[in-house]
Amino acid sequence: MREDVPPLTERTSAGAPTSETGSGSRSPEVDLAASRRRLQLDGLGIIVSAAGFGFVYGLAARAAGFSPLEASGMSVIVFAGAAQFAAVGYVLGGFSWLGIVLLTAFLNARHFLYAAALAPYIADRPRPVKAVMAHLLTDEAFALAIAHFRRIGRADLWGYWWAAIVTTFIPWNIATILGSVVGGNIPDPSRYGLDVIFPAAMAGLAVGLVTGRRELVAALVGAIAAVGVGLALDPAAGIIAGGLLGPLAGLVTPHGPGDQPHEAIVVFSPKMDDPSARTAR
Amino acid sequence: MSTTLLWLAVLMGAVTYPWRAVPLLTPGIHRLPRLVQEYLRLVAPAVLAALAAVNTFVAIDSQRHPSPHVGIEWLAVGLCVVLVAARRGLLVGLIGAAVLAAGVRAFGG
Repeated sequence: MREDVPPLTERTSAGAPTSETGSGSRSPEVDLAASRRRLQLDGLGIIVSAAGFGFVYGLAARAAGFSPLEASGMSVIVFAGAAQFAAVGYVLGGFSWLGIVLLTAFLNARHFLYAAALAPYIADRPRPVKAVMAHLLTDEAFALAIAHFRRIGRADLWGYWWAAIVTTFIPWNIATILGSVVGGNIPDPSRYGLDVIFPAAMAGLAVGLVTGRRELVAALVGAIAAVGVGLALDPAAGIIAGGLLGPLAGLVTPHGPGDQPHEAIVVFSPKMDDPSARTAR
Repeated sequence: MSTTLLWLAVLMGAVTYPWRAVPLLTPGIHRLPRLVQEYLRLVAPAVLAALAAVNTFVAIDSQRHPSPHVGIEWLAVGLCVVLVAARRGLLVGLIGAAVLAAGVRAFGG
């Protein structure tokens, strides 16, 4: 378990107590710039993965008869890799659009959990901003952003845009265009080890979020439930099951002796993204 | 240039967006009971671990039939976890995982 999370405090950079959630939770003081640097570094692997698979998606879409505009449009409008790959395969197989749309809804249902977990952090943001954030919410954006928010104990829109746009949306869409325009044989990403980057990144980011016994139990139960349900039903159902059951198991787990008694959840500060509001270690 | 499938993309986007948007746009989400907030806080490690586990241990065929998967991916993801836990950084972990997987496959593993 990680032990490098600094002590929780209830003071802002200005030294004034923050307005917090009604539960009395507190926020860790972590240097915003340092957390952003870590976010950028962590995102490098995600960029490689998104570009690699975006390129393969573009090639696959072209091979399935998609025009570059259609392939690219799907990457912009849907922006969900697993559903896009499934759609390409099902279009090629002559499936009905209704079936593809229903499958898409099923595959992407896990995003509800991501949004629910992020929502308390950005509750005070304007609705148009949140509406844009929602469209850009992917596995990768969620993983990087929630880790960043947890490190600093609050929301940071810059960090979210970086995670969602720079590390995922841009490489995915540029690579889609290249793949669908350039064409050629579809390479096997596993030959270069690209296929392990995504699960490794998710596992690594999960490890970074394990700061106590409850998180550890939630992660372990989530993983076990996901594999069990994934094998019995479908991997997408497994992910949802893991995301629902893991936290339940965590909730009934007593705090460990070294865990912080006050869980840092959210701090609502009017200057959350103001660089002048940076805190020092 | 064909644009017919753009309508399919629009439909796919229309069923995806609500999953992403409803929790974010629901008013009063920050006034949830403490127990619910604690639950949501635990969603992140649980769902990330679930994603990693499913993508490592479960394979699907073209018809989306799941089956257990055993392979170098286990070791590669495990190596990344160890490196991250040892505070070597996620990027180092990802490079280690990719190099291990690609290397073993190159040598016929």
